[in-house]
Amino acid sequence: MKQLFDCLKRYRIEAILSPLFKLFEAGMELLVPIVVARIIDVGVKNADKGYILHAVLLLAAFAAAGLAFALTAQYFAARAAVGTGAELRRRLFSKLQSFSFSQIDEMGTASMLTRMTSDVQQVQTGVNMTLRLFLRSPVVVFGATAMAFVVDAKAALVFAAVIPLLALVVFAVMAACIPRYRAVQEKLDSIYLSTREALTGARVLRAFRMEGEEEENFSKKSSALRAAQTAVGRISALTNPLTFLLINLAVIALIYAGALRVEAGALGQGEVVALYNYLSLILVELIKFANLIVTVTKAVSCANRIGAVLSLEGERETLLPPEEEDPSAPAVSFENVSFTYEGGSAPALSRIDFSVERGETVGILGGTGSGKTTLISLLFRFYTATEGKVKVCGADTKSIPVKELRRKIGYVPQKAVLFRGTIASNLRWGKEDATEEELLHAASVAQAADILEAKGGLGGTVEQEGRNLSGGQRQRLTIARALAGDPDILVLDDASSALDYATDARLRAALGAEGRTVFFVSQRVAAVMHADKIVVLDDGKIAGMGTHTELMETCGLYREIYRSQTEAEA
Amino acid sequence: MKKRVLRAILRDLRPYGAYLAITLLSAVIVVAGQILVPYFAGKAVDCIPLSGREVDFSALRRALLGIGISLAFSAVFQWVLGVSNNAIAYRVLSDLRTRSFCKLSKLPLRTIDSRPFGDISNAVVGDAEQFADGLLLGFTQLFTGVLTIAGVLGIMLFLRWEIALVVFCITPLSLFAARFISKHTYGAFRRQTETRADETAFADEMIGNLKTVKAFTREEQNERIFEEKNAALQKASLTAVFFSSTTNPVTRFVNALVYAAVALAGGLFVLSTGGMFSVGSLTTFLFYANQYTKPFNEISEVVTEFQNALACAGRIYALLGEEEESSDEGLLELGHAEGAVSLDKVRFSYDPERELIKDFDLDVRPGMRVAIVGPTGCGKTTLVNLLMRFYDVDGGSVSVDGKDVRTVTRASLRRNLGMVLQDTWLKTGTVRENLCMGNPDCTEEEMVEAAKAAKAHAFITRLPKGYDTVLSREGVLSEGQKQLLCIARVMLCRPPMLILDEATSNIDTRTEKLVQEAFAALMRGRTCFVVAHRLSTVENADLILVMDSGKIVERGTHLELLEKNGAYAELYRAQFVSP
Repeated sequence: MKQLFDCLKRYRIEAILSPLFKLFEAGMELLVPIVVARIIDVGVKNADKGYILHAVLLLAAFAAAGLAFALTAQYFAARAAVGTGAELRRRLFSKLQSFSFSQIDEMGTASMLTRMTSDVQQVQTGVNMTLRLFLRSPVVVFGATAMAFVVDAKAALVFAAVIPLLALVVFAVMAACIPRYRAVQEKLDSIYLSTREALTGARVLRAFRMEGEEEENFSKKSSALRAAQTAVGRISALTNPLTFLLINLAVIALIYAGALRVEAGALGQGEVVALYNYLSLILVELIKFANLIVTVTKAVSCANRIGAVLSLEGERETLLPPEEEDPSAPAVSFENVSFTYEGGSAPALSRIDFSVERGETVGILGGTGSGKTTLISLLFRFYTATEGKVKVCGADTKSIPVKELRRKIGYVPQKAVLFRGTIASNLRWGKEDATEEELLHAASVAQAADILEAKGGLGGTVEQEGRNLSGGQRQRLTIARALAGDPDILVLDDASSALDYATDARLRAALGAEGRTVFFVSQRVAAVMHADKIVVLDDGKIAGMGTHTELMETCGLYREIYRSQTEAEA
Repeated sequence: MKKRVLRAILRDLRPYGAYLAITLLSAVIVVAGQILVPYFAGKAVDCIPLSGREVDFSALRRALLGIGISLAFSAVFQWVLGVSNNAIAYRVLSDLRTRSFCKLSKLPLRTIDSRPFGDISNAVVGDAEQFADGLLLGFTQLFTGVLTIAGVLGIMLFLRWEIALVVFCITPLSLFAARFISKHTYGAFRRQTETRADETAFADEMIGNLKTVKAFTREEQNERIFEEKNAALQKASLTAVFFSSTTNPVTRFVNALVYAAVALAGGLFVLSTGGMFSVGSLTTFLFYANQYTKPFNEISEVVTEFQNALACAGRIYALLGEEEESSDEGLLELGHAEGAVSLDKVRFSYDPERELIKDFDLDVRPGMRVAIVGPTGCGKTTLVNLLMRFYDVDGGSVSVDGKDVRTVTRASLRRNLGMVLQDTWLKTGTVRENLCMGNPDCTEEEMVEAAKAAKAHAFITRLPKGYDTVLSREGVLSEGQKQLLCIARVMLCRPPMLILDEATSNIDTRTEKLVQEAFAALMRGRTCFVVAHRLSTVENADLILVMDSGKIVERGTHLELLEKNGAYAELYRAQFVSP
């Protein structure tokens, strides 16, 4: 909620003006019964047609003024609500991007997107309605009560009795509904997740003929959601009849009390009518208010869930004082680096110590879980070393702004993902203002020139996640994307796995000719054996380092891996 | 378009006829009660003298009793109405949701592949939800609204037709206003929906691939793009929200005019009819003037809500009306296949403008091992799509055991084909659920055995809850571990035919060797298509297909092809012999 108010604050003027104009409008409405009472008690009683006409013109004037006030109020409310919604979405997106991978894993992309779409929508509606009605309704209710007391204090005691009862009903219903709405939302999240999976996993689910089972599961979830929704609906449907009942019981009491007062000579017939009209006014307002409560309770639980995401601490960049780059220093050096994942019991990497000269190609070799990915994550500072230092060009990565650091290093991820847009827009991820020549050059080094040809050049369309391209095509384009940024260091994270050997070989040759520092991360000896230096990782430790020939002599593990592979292949 | 959607909605409401009847009946009772309350209130007011005379208490009590009875009925049935309405709306919603979900598995992959996931899942969840809200609100208010208008009009005509006429003449103003507003808001709502879908798709893509985003430090650019989309959405929303919210004040204004007119006419009538038209009747009329026009308010509110709901419904029904894969109904069961596969003059393309595969012929005998090699993007993945019948051929045919795959059910075809794709996909659920996907009836022993054979057992047992560990979408597993699970998943099915799509590229070499052995055992006696780069696979293959640009450029065994010294020999030298 705090976050919500924070966003709303940007629209504080609108948020003040809207209810204010609503109050003016309410004021116009509150005057109507008094005028009607005068029509009866003065105009009709004295048979004064002129008086009646004047009074009616006054009513029309109130109506016109009310319209003007209301439109103004609606406009400001819409501005504030829509603006707040947009601001919430903006903050959410920005917050989501700042999350660490483990945070993202924990929450799941699906539920985060629900936060950003339907939750924000509910909050927006809630804010809109609140600005329009939340002040207005109580003011009308209490205003009508006050006016009733002005008309006749004794008869108006009926008002004083019924209003606390009404408040009790409204709040009891609200209290019963709020936790139930939360349960509904949780079920909705899980429904969304299933739907996404049916799409992302369409091939596998079909291959394993899981369609039926998935449908059955979904249908169960859907029914559970329905049951939860129906349960809430049953309670919230109580509000209207109960308020209607209470108000009209008050009408009965009021007319009876009014009759007694009239007989006592304390009240006119028109004034009884005015009191009755005030009660009707309250009834109408309460029905609106009850609907508002439903909207607001929904909005509040949505706002809370958005708030929970926004208040999570994303990754924060803490920088050490800048260090001078040393032109003679190695391109990358790991100095006695250890790293343990948060909550991890054993270090994922321990005492990693090696350096890579500029222009060298390095192979990082190791099996699943050997720490390759962790090592690369430290280089990019996706994580920060628990112990030791990772240096790039002689400067501790902790002293380099992340943005600058990552610009120096081109990254080709293991999972080749591209984004909706064109080939050019994807390649420009590497460098936003890259010229066409630069992009074409990057593509040709990445052996992707033929893709451009096939897809209609740089302007060729790329669908979401690059689904209109084959795995190999995507992979080469991701390499081109990294190269487009002209990075000093290029990291291929098992990136040639979807390439055939011929393409792979040409790619290596082309990369070699470029003179960059290149990291080949792989589990295959073939992918790293020609590197200037090979680092063999095993269980988070360096098991050997050197060239292929050296390692064949000195490193038992390397020999074993080499043999297992060549045996299988030869 | 709007009409078609409305018709579809009505059709889906049909099964809830009983609830609809309850709703209608309750609405009648509720409205009757609500109309009678002010009528009796007017009677009661008339028992109170304008001046001087005594109050007629016995008549007053009768009138008040009338209020009480009308009130009781109205209140009880209001609740019934609400509950019955919920029942309809949530049932229809649940039906629609389930139906559109079931629709997903009938969509051709071509359709799924060409849409942003976010668009489709939004239709199933978000749109359905908004549609139900609109329906819920719409039903209650539309029924009671129309009834109230009719009822109040009737009783007003009965009481004093002249004043009723005045009311009747002014009120349509609010209808015109409402119609005008709703016509203009429909477009705004649609724009809002479209811009929102665009924004959601963008966020989905970026948050789903955060690692790449971070590696390229694209956060700021993304925020900029997001802000652009967000600003467009904000603008569209403001128009939609503001204009739809003008309906209320405008109709309220018309109400106030009606109210004033009734006060004037009523006042004058009381004077001119000399007590025939009483102050009590005037009170009743004034109340009716409000009640009569309030439904107009609500109906116009409903209309805006309906616009939104219709736009959402439009997209749900568009999804439901999406062309489906050809039905499996009446097709034969393939049974346990021998594993003979043949492709006859296959023609296929993803994009009708660019032919990908043409005149593709292939004959594979049961148990044959076919290796497919060729440069990246040569069409190997396409072969998987065709063999699994994820896509249908544009011309020619694919047959298994001499039966065209289009003449047997997809399920029976796919039961005979084991698949390990390059992209590992696991569902949210336990390891066990994932493993037993293709063979839900397997025993614990069989499952563990398959996991052991795929070398997955060791790491599974190290997971916090072993086989019952829940895997989330991004999960805790490494790519290699996921791949092992995918292999184990197929191992458990023991299908007569296998399609391995570069399946082992993410497993470390030591494990890979063992997996290779397991695979070799699995492949024995089975027809295999292997899209792989390992020399051993290629050498041991009964048939090597060398593909380029979707066509088979060479075929034969390793030795034959080397002898031929063509494309394969060149590829072999480049790939397997160190430069």
